[in-house]
Amino acid sequence: MSILLSTQHLTMQFGGVVAVDDLNINIPKGEITALIGPNGAGKTTAFNVITGGYQPTNGRVIFDGAVIAENCPRSKMKRIYNGSYTEPFRHTVVNKSDVITRLGMARTFQNIRLFKDLTVFENVLIAKHCHIKAGLFAATFRLNRGEERAMSQDALSLLERVGLLESRNEKASSLPYGKQRRLEIARALATGPRLLLLDEPAAGMNPKETDELSQFIVDIKDSFGLTVFLIEHHMNLVMDISDSIYVLDYGKTIAYGTPAEVQNNERVIQAYLGVDEA
Amino acid sequence: MKKTIKKSTIYSLAAAALFLVFLYWLDANRLSQGMLISVLQKGAILALVATSMNLLNGFTGLFSLGQAGFMSIGAYTTAILIIPVRSLDGVYYMNGVHPAIMNLRLLMANSPPFLQSVYPFIALLLGGALAALIALLVGLAVLRLKSDYLAIATLGLSEIVRAIFSSPQFDQITNGSYGLNKIPNFPPMLFGLIPSLITPFIITGVSVAFIVLLINSSYGRAFKAIREDEIAAEAMGISLYKHKEMSFVISSFFSAVAGGMLAMYMRSIEAKTFSITLTYDILLIVVIGGIGSVTGSVVSAFLVTAAKEWWLRFFDQPLSLFGFQVPLFRTGFRMVIFSVLLMVVVLIYRRGLFGTNEFSWAGLIKRLRLKRPAKKEVE
Repeated sequence: MSILLSTQHLTMQFGGVVAVDDLNINIPKGEITALIGPNGAGKTTAFNVITGGYQPTNGRVIFDGAVIAENCPRSKMKRIYNGSYTEPFRHTVVNKSDVITRLGMARTFQNIRLFKDLTVFENVLIAKHCHIKAGLFAATFRLNRGEERAMSQDALSLLERVGLLESRNEKASSLPYGKQRRLEIARALATGPRLLLLDEPAAGMNPKETDELSQFIVDIKDSFGLTVFLIEHHMNLVMDISDSIYVLDYGKTIAYGTPAEVQNNERVIQAYLGVDEA
Repeated sequence: MKKTIKKSTIYSLAAAALFLVFLYWLDANRLSQGMLISVLQKGAILALVATSMNLLNGFTGLFSLGQAGFMSIGAYTTAILIIPVRSLDGVYYMNGVHPAIMNLRLLMANSPPFLQSVYPFIALLLGGALAALIALLVGLAVLRLKSDYLAIATLGLSEIVRAIFSSPQFDQITNGSYGLNKIPNFPPMLFGLIPSLITPFIITGVSVAFIVLLINSSYGRAFKAIREDEIAAEAMGISLYKHKEMSFVISSFFSAVAGGMLAMYMRSIEAKTFSITLTYDILLIVVIGGIGSVTGSVVSAFLVTAAKEWWLRFFDQPLSLFGFQVPLFRTGFRMVIFSVLLMVVVLIYRRGLFGTNEFSWAGLIKRLRLKRPAKKEVE
């Protein structure tokens, strides 16, 4: 089984706070991997480092065999570095989020970040822009009609796929919450990813919506041939669809395994329920 | 679907033709319609700057206040290249012309006549290109900044450009604080088929059409995405730096072209013409028209210019009613009235006259249809 995304000793330190400490994950191609943990465990930070939002303090991110981010503690950080993996890396590789997206890694956000004032259709169409071949002038003078038509055709079929075709001319902000979540996933899919990172896709959903979402994630994974990496607090969803789970607490990986293994792990139960003092 | 598209194109062509006929009529009666002509021409020039500023501020979400600086680059480049050779010595009477400029101008003066008629347009384009180049270089540093900080940086840039143009070190090029005069009026187009009076409208029309096409293209959508949410736009694979730079460079190019036209319109320019207040005047037009609406910028450019320069003129004249000299009616009072009007407009139309809406024939017809039955009920 080949690994699509892996991190090696990934550490992210903000000032004195080590938000992600020595994170080593492997995400096999075609599987659903979940990242769980209590609030403030560093899950979203890990996502941000992987997608190029932050530059890691130490460690390396490898996507499809290529190093997309690597860093070592420098200058002031060298002195205050507090990560548990002390062997520094040598090189620095920086890729901004837009480059990483174009490599085939798309994400959604914990607090929905749609283009609020634009229509549902435009939201998806914009995501298609990253693979545009026509230059600025060719696009302005409409010399790329074929490409433009293909782009809107793709956007429409994606909207149909996620069940938002009827609301394509509505403003994104006017959609109900559940549909906004779907639109965000559709927009991420429009960039043509191989790896989809979902940051709490079921946040704020009721049990019925959550069930639908689980089904939806499995569906799109199969039909688009995706690999999915998700952060989620709804344990039902995570246990239902994940092939493997990483558990973070205070930046450290405290458990890894199949849903059944993680569920019965002592440390996971402690992290979630607290330790009995008596 | 196809039919409505065709209909709207016919309407647009008809409207454009009608406007052109009106312009030819103006040209025929240019002696009696001086005020209308000068207001319309200035309106057209400001419409282009306002649209280019809107591309940056309204569509890309970059709050930039450097318009006056880029306009001055265009204005000076154009002016230096088109002041008649025989007048050059008179214009630069204090410090003399830089030999390089003189030689270039002599070379231009000795070229064949058909080239001579194109030079003014080449001058405008060169002014635009120079501004675009400067925008490209400055953008490398400045576009990393966000919102207010970008505004301050571009404002500073505009002031630096103005200071450079008025500095004594460049006396032989920009004529320092004396400014440039004897700039010829707008050139005629197509061997006189389009009289010089109409030229600014054609240039503005073509430029605004380009900007509108750009905004509606895939790149324009990417600009809007950056305006809406930078982080999300970047996560969707849109290179922030590349697209911001594109928008900044194109906006600067058209600002400079408008600046060149302003030089032709005013016939004499000095560094002071392009002070911060000019940027604010344009910002005012953009805000009144609606940030994020090209239609708004164009309409409000004409409205604001007409109100400021023409309709409110009578407030500047002393007025006596029945032998009673009304106080306050004296030079400058019109600006007080203008300011009050602006406040009223902004209070009523919070998002500008057009908000983020654009003009469309379908929308206009729909509005007219909606109003008609309402009228009947009243009757």
